[in-house]
Amino acid sequence: MKILVCISNVPDTTTKITFTSDNTQFNTAGVQYIVNPYDEIALSRAIELCEGGKGTVTVINVGESSTEPTIRKALAIGADDAVRVNAVPRDAYFVAYQIAQYAKANDYDMILCGRESIDYNGSQVAAMIGEFLDIPSISIIKKLDMDGNTATIEREIEGGKEVVTVTGKFVASCAEGTAEPKIPNMRGIMSARTKPLQVIEAEQIDELSKVSKFETPAPRGSVKLIPADNAGELINLLHTEAKVI
Amino acid sequence: MSVLVYVEQVDGKFKKSVYEAVSYAKAIADNQNTNLTAVSIGNVADSELNELGKYGTSKVLSVNTDQLKQFVNQAYAAVIAEAAKKENADIVVLSNSFSGKGLAPRIAVKLKAGLIDGAVELPTTEGGFSVKKTAFSGKAFAITTLTSANKVIALNPNAFGVKENPVSISVEAFTPEVKATDLSTIVKEIVRATNKVSLPDAEIVVSGGRGLKGPENWGMVEELADLLGAATACSKPVSDADWRPHSEHVGQTGIAISPNLYIAIGISGAIQHLAGVSSSKVIVVINKDPEAPFFKVADYGIVGDAFEVVPKVIEALKAYKA
Ligand SMILES: Cc1cc2nc3c(=O)[nH]c(=O)nc-3n(C[C@H](O)[C@H](O)[C@H](O)COP(=O)(O)OP(=O)(O)OC[C@H]3O[C@@H](n4cnc5c(N)ncnc54)[C@H](O)[C@@H]3O)c2cc1C
Ligand SMILES: Nc1ncnc2c1ncn2[C@@H]1O[C@H](COP(=O)(O)O)[C@@H](O)[C@H]1O
Repeated sequence: MKILVCISNVPDTTTKITFTSDNTQFNTAGVQYIVNPYDEIALSRAIELCEGGKGTVTVINVGESSTEPTIRKALAIGADDAVRVNAVPRDAYFVAYQIAQYAKANDYDMILCGRESIDYNGSQVAAMIGEFLDIPSISIIKKLDMDGNTATIEREIEGGKEVVTVTGKFVASCAEGTAEPKIPNMRGIMSARTKPLQVIEAEQIDELSKVSKFETPAPRGSVKLIPADNAGELINLLHTEAKVI
Repeated sequence: MSVLVYVEQVDGKFKKSVYEAVSYAKAIADNQNTNLTAVSIGNVADSELNELGKYGTSKVLSVNTDQLKQFVNQAYAAVIAEAAKKENADIVVLSNSFSGKGLAPRIAVKLKAGLIDGAVELPTTEGGFSVKKTAFSGKAFAITTLTSANKVIALNPNAFGVKENPVSISVEAFTPEVKATDLSTIVKEIVRATNKVSLPDAEIVVSGGRGLKGPENWGMVEELADLLGAATACSKPVSDADWRPHSEHVGQTGIAISPNLYIAIGISGAIQHLAGVSSSKVIVVINKDPEAPFFKVADYGIVGDAFEVVPKVIEALKAYKA
C-alpha cells in the first residue's frame, strides 16, 4: 500500500494574526511554522496503517524551500520520504492540481489530507484532488480502517456520523479521532535528516482565486460584569439588551 | 446566466442553513438581474420543495432516483455540476455544511470555477467579484477575489439570515446520467442524534471546559442548553479526556462556530479556543478566575464558581420563561 499524505505549512496555533501592506499581506515577522495540526493526524494514521511493512508513506508539500523544516518534521514523525513541489501555493485549485499530477504519475493507493489548513481554512484541496483524479473523496473523516482493498470510514455529519465503505483508490481529509498525533522521537529526528526529499517543479496552471485583502474582527467593547448572586440580571440583559434570548 | 443553489435535505426536510443559502443565492441573483434555480437530490415531498419559493426560488430541479437516495460525494457533485450546465448557471451556492465542504471543491473543478469556502457576506463586484470569508480559524477574514467565469460559494451557517422573498415556483424532475464509477462509495450506516441541536447550525451554544472537573458534572450544562434550545460544546482538553465526544470540541482544531450566543463555562479562553468561537455575536463567560483571558473578549461575565452560578442561571431562566 502506497499512501500519499499532503502536508501544509501553517503558522503556529498561538500566532497573533496581523497584516501588512495595507492589510494585503499576512505579517510573517516572528511567525513560527508548523505542520498543519490535521495533517499530523492524517500522517499519524498513514504511519499506523503501514506499520509492520504493510506499506510506505510519502509526504508532499507545495511550497517554497522555506517549508523544508516542516517537511523534515513530517519525516521525523515517521514518513518514509518526501516530495516538495517548488512553488508558491497560490490557491487550492493550483495546489490540488500539482498533487494530483504527482499522485497519478506515481500510482498512490490512498491520499490523505487534513480537514482544512488552519491559515486560509479552505477545506478544498482534498476533494479537488479527488475530482482531478476522478476517484472518490470523503471529507472530514474521524475513523479510517483498512481491510484488504476496502476502507471503512466514519465521516462527520451534523449531529452525528456516517459510516461509508470504499474499495480502491480514494482521497480523504482527516479530522480529530482518525489518529492520535504522533510525536517525533530522537531516532525519528536523526533519521529525518537523511530521508529522501525530492524537489520537483510545478506544472503550469492558472489559479482561480486570490486574496485581495484581509480584515481582523472588530474588537469587542469591555465586558459587563454581573454579580454572581444576580443571575436574573444576566437573563434580563440577554433578553433586553443583547436580544439573543 | 443564472444562479443555482444546492438544497441539502436531511430525511426529506430542509434545515435553516438551507434557507439561509437560498436567501443568500436569491440576493445574488437579484444583484445580477437573473433567476434562482434550486437543485435537490433525494426523496423530498413537493410540499417541502415548494417551500423554497418563499425564499425566492423560481424553479427547483428535483433529482429523486434510487441510485442517489444516499449521499455519495462524487455522484452528487456530478449532478449539481450537470444542473449548473443545464441552467446555464455561472454561480453555484451551497451551504458550508459537512457535506457541502466535500461537494463544493469537486463542483468547482468540474466547472473550472473559483471557490469561496466559508463565505460570510454577499459578493461585491467593484474591482472584481469578491467575497468575504473566514480565515485563520476565525482570527481574521479574507476578502477573496474570484478570477474565473464560473464561481462556487459555500456559505457559512448563521452568517446570513433567512429572508422571505416569495415568488411562484415550479418543480421539475431532473434525471441526469450518473457514471457507475461515481457511485463507488457506499453508505453503511447513519447515526444521528435527532433530539439534539447540531453544533454548526446552533443559534445558541453552551460550552464547558476543564473547570467543570469531570463528565459527571455536565448535567447542568445540558439542562441549561435544553432550556435555551442550544447545542452543547466543549474545549479541547475535555474531548481529549473523553469527557465529551470529539464532535463537540470547538476551537482552532475543532469546529469553528458563530452562534448568536456562546456561553463558556469553566473555560480559560486560550487563543486556540477563542479562534473557533470569537465570531459568536454575543459571548457570556462564567469563570471563577477574574483574570481568565476569556473575560477580555466577553460581552457579559460572571466571576464565580460554576457549580454555584450555573444552577442560579438555570433557575433565573426558568423564572423568565414562566
Ligand atoms: C495545536 C493546539 C491546538 C489547540 N486547539 C484547541 C481547540 O481547538 N480548542 C480548544 O478549546 N483548545 C485548543 N487547544 C488547547 C488550548 O491551548 C487550551 O489548553 C484549552 O483551550 C484549555 O481548555 P480549558 O479552558 O477547558 O481548560 P483550562 O485552561 O484548564 O481552564 C479551565 C478554566 O476553568 C476555570 N475554573 C476552574 N474551576 C472552576 C469553577 N469551579 N467554576 C468556574 N470556573 C472554573 C479556571 O479558572 C480556568 O480558567 C489547542 C492547543 C494546541 C497546542
Ligand atoms: N501547500 C500545500 N501542500 C500540500 N498539501 C496542502 C497544501 N495546502 C493544503 N494542503 C492539504 O490540503 C488540506 C486542506 O487544505 P485547505 O483546502 O487549504 O483547507 C490540508 O490539511 C493539507 O493536507
